[in-house]
Amino acid sequence: MPAVPQFLQERNRQILTKGKDAFDIVGGQPSLAGAVSQRACVYCGSRVVLYPIADALHLVHGPIGCAAYTWDIRGSLSSGPDLFRNCFSTDLREKHVVFGGQQRLFDTLCLLIDKHRPQAAFVYSTCIVGVIGDDVPAVCKQVQLLKNIPVIPVMAEGFQGSKKDGYRIACDALFQLIGADDSKTIGEFSINILGDFNLAGELWMLSEYYRRIGIHVVASITGDGRVNDIRNAHRASLNIVQCAGSMMHLAQRMNEQFGIPFRKVSFFGIEDVADALYQVATFFHNQTLIDNATLLVREELSNLLPQLDVFKNALHGTKAAIYVGGAFKAISLVKALRLIGVSTVIAGTQTGNADDYKLLKKLCDDGCILVDDSNPIELSEFVKLTGANLFIGGVKERPIAYKLGIAFCDHNHERKVALAGFQGMINFAQEVYNTVSSPVWRFTRPHLAP
Amino acid sequence: MENTCNLCAPLGACIAFKGIEGALPLLHGSQGCATYIRRYLISHFREPIDIASSNFSEASTIFGGNKNFNTGIDNIIKQYHPSVIAIASTCLAETIGEDVHRLIGEYRTSHKRPKDLPLLFFASTPSYKHSHYEGFLLAALAALQALADHRSAPRQRLNLFSNLIAPEDIRHLKEITDDLLLPSMIFPDYSDTLDGVFHENYPRIPQGGTPLEYLRSAPKAFCSIELGYILNSAAPSPGEFLRNLFSVPSLRTGIPIGIRQTDKFFDFLTQIAGKNLPQKYVDQRGRLIDLYIDGHKYLAGKRPLIYGEEDLVVALAAFATEVGMKPILCASGGESGQLEDVLRKQLGDLFPSDMRVAQGVTFDDMKNILNDNDLHPDLLIGNSKGYFLARLWNVPLVRVGFPIHDRIGAQHLLSLAYKGSSILFERIVNALLDDAQRNSSIAHKYM
Repeated sequence: MPAVPQFLQERNRQILTKGKDAFDIVGGQPSLAGAVSQRACVYCGSRVVLYPIADALHLVHGPIGCAAYTWDIRGSLSSGPDLFRNCFSTDLREKHVVFGGQQRLFDTLCLLIDKHRPQAAFVYSTCIVGVIGDDVPAVCKQVQLLKNIPVIPVMAEGFQGSKKDGYRIACDALFQLIGADDSKTIGEFSINILGDFNLAGELWMLSEYYRRIGIHVVASITGDGRVNDIRNAHRASLNIVQCAGSMMHLAQRMNEQFGIPFRKVSFFGIEDVADALYQVATFFHNQTLIDNATLLVREELSNLLPQLDVFKNALHGTKAAIYVGGAFKAISLVKALRLIGVSTVIAGTQTGNADDYKLLKKLCDDGCILVDDSNPIELSEFVKLTGANLFIGGVKERPIAYKLGIAFCDHNHERKVALAGFQGMINFAQEVYNTVSSPVWRFTRPHLAP
Repeated sequence: MENTCNLCAPLGACIAFKGIEGALPLLHGSQGCATYIRRYLISHFREPIDIASSNFSEASTIFGGNKNFNTGIDNIIKQYHPSVIAIASTCLAETIGEDVHRLIGEYRTSHKRPKDLPLLFFASTPSYKHSHYEGFLLAALAALQALADHRSAPRQRLNLFSNLIAPEDIRHLKEITDDLLLPSMIFPDYSDTLDGVFHENYPRIPQGGTPLEYLRSAPKAFCSIELGYILNSAAPSPGEFLRNLFSVPSLRTGIPIGIRQTDKFFDFLTQIAGKNLPQKYVDQRGRLIDLYIDGHKYLAGKRPLIYGEEDLVVALAAFATEVGMKPILCASGGESGQLEDVLRKQLGDLFPSDMRVAQGVTFDDMKNILNDNDLHPDLLIGNSKGYFLARLWNVPLVRVGFPIHDRIGAQHLLSLAYKGSSILFERIVNALLDDAQRNSSIAHKYM
């Protein structure tokens, strides 16, 4: 094994090897300047969470970059309106920086609302807006009165913290909508799904599972999201929270305000999907729901398991590096990979907290490297150190994997393949298989060629 | 502002910085700027693109970012050992009035052995003032301002300022200057750094880039050529800078696409080299004309919508009109105010009388300009962000420029000079043929 490379000393407590290091990773620290963190900013956190609300106007108040880089950024699908897939910006210029951008914001908002007739508007405040002193909430209030739709300020100046802080701000913005309407007809057994963003239609698969069990999804927050559903969300009996990192705050606030209990779930990997369905069915103490869930899981599994066995045999011995945004996803991935014969040798996240890392540590095998808020240099060194031959991450991790000559599976929000639910597990196995078994690696690792 | 076709200035700066040997870019501002720009560039070039951030916090925004700046530089040096740390500012740093030149000075003087430090230089690129194209040019200018050394010995070398083009285009320019035996500095040269080969061990800072020595001795080159008629109207271009300060003669021509623009480019080169056009290029030119003839009827009267950076639009329009297309609209997010004049001059009698020219526009504006006039393009020529319009009108999009996020191989799209023009011509004709075939009820096997 090669010598352990030296990394930035200040990050020592954010990297550990299971079975070797006794300490725990705390997580949630600000990124180190110059470390080339893979994290984005507060604005990014808010923007990705709210982005899929399809019938809302999403106006970015700031210079053009912040809007341009988040234009159509997620693979989130809508079953109807597609207003969310546009890029709206106030395009602040030097004169606005000097004289203020409030008037510009007011004019742009009114113009866009008149033109597109959205159900609500979210106004994202970017770095410089806080500094030049625009009173964004005041403008939002003014326009809300004038146009008679909710106009919600999202005070997400990028420098305020990290992406995770942006999630919280997005939750607070969403909370302003919840409870504003009672018109929707609600089924007897009703839930909201929090933290699924309908990438590649995943939400539709999940909603269909719940429909088969007999459960009504009142609001999906925010995948294929609609303003009016969210306004009715307080009337559901239960919140299920996937992507807990982004949506726990909203679940907690809804619990405090409306007494709606919540369950943390994950829809990635068989165990977790089944658990997510059972948890909801048992919540309602209704035998029919439980029977329906049992039947559904049995049906899906009998179809799924034989297919997975094929992949498991082919993938046996594969070693995976995981580096993703949220810890819940990482935890699910470790389990899902194990199911298809793949062991995890690196597990890292951008936004995990102390509890997440404890859970990850418990779950992983000895020798697995755990890392918080990593960077390209560390990740590439870890891959070399562990001999990982599969990387699971997002756009920024992909070229690291490819330059190291190892397989890659995209598990980020740009992807176009559904990886949630039972069918998602097959898709995931297929994705992993397609990349791991490709003959192209014969050329990157000639010693492996037959 | 709906559906912009501009990006922000620090993004352009980072592309230019990647064209400097041994450089690591640092953005002074929030973490998000670096991460978004990395993501955006990676999706086009499909290479690892490490860009550091000084990662402003609330405290740095109130009290200044010097502490984060210093930590950032320290950590970059520890991790990357770069020869150059190329710094660009974000909106935030500019708005709170960070004096980055002063920060650099203080960092250097506080260091025990300033001589051992990498070169640090700075380009001011607030995106409320500039677009990505101007950011690119400002970064190139800043690199020269920092490095150009009049004490260098005279060099028998040409400075070729090559604009925002594909890595494959840069390689082709190198081939051309090599074939003409014309020693040249191509800048910024990201042909290797943003289009690397597969190595068993991938280096922390990719190999390649314009050598620092070339940049230092740029004031002693015998001549500069700049590609692009408009460039940055608000600041000196790299060629103008070297001319104004060091009296290096500077010639300007367009991005060489099509016969007319490529002829101009080769005229400059052959005059400077004192040579005739090598046979290889005579042949490439001949083949291009031959190709024009083969394909001209497929393109006759076709009405493309052409968009992108202003200089790219000029080059594409000059090309499109000389093969018989009549652009319906030439559009750019750029705001120089010169686009129409330059187009009139370069297209000459081939400037279609009903061609619209729009500057400082968004994709939505382009849509409105055409829809409001009941116009319908036959195809789009530009980057992949216009795809939604191509789909709206159900016409092909021929992808050229930056970014191309919905295809692989953007770094290999050669469009420059006779050879690149041939490839582009074929791509355009074939896109139209493919479209005609798809939309036909008959399975034509002969088109």
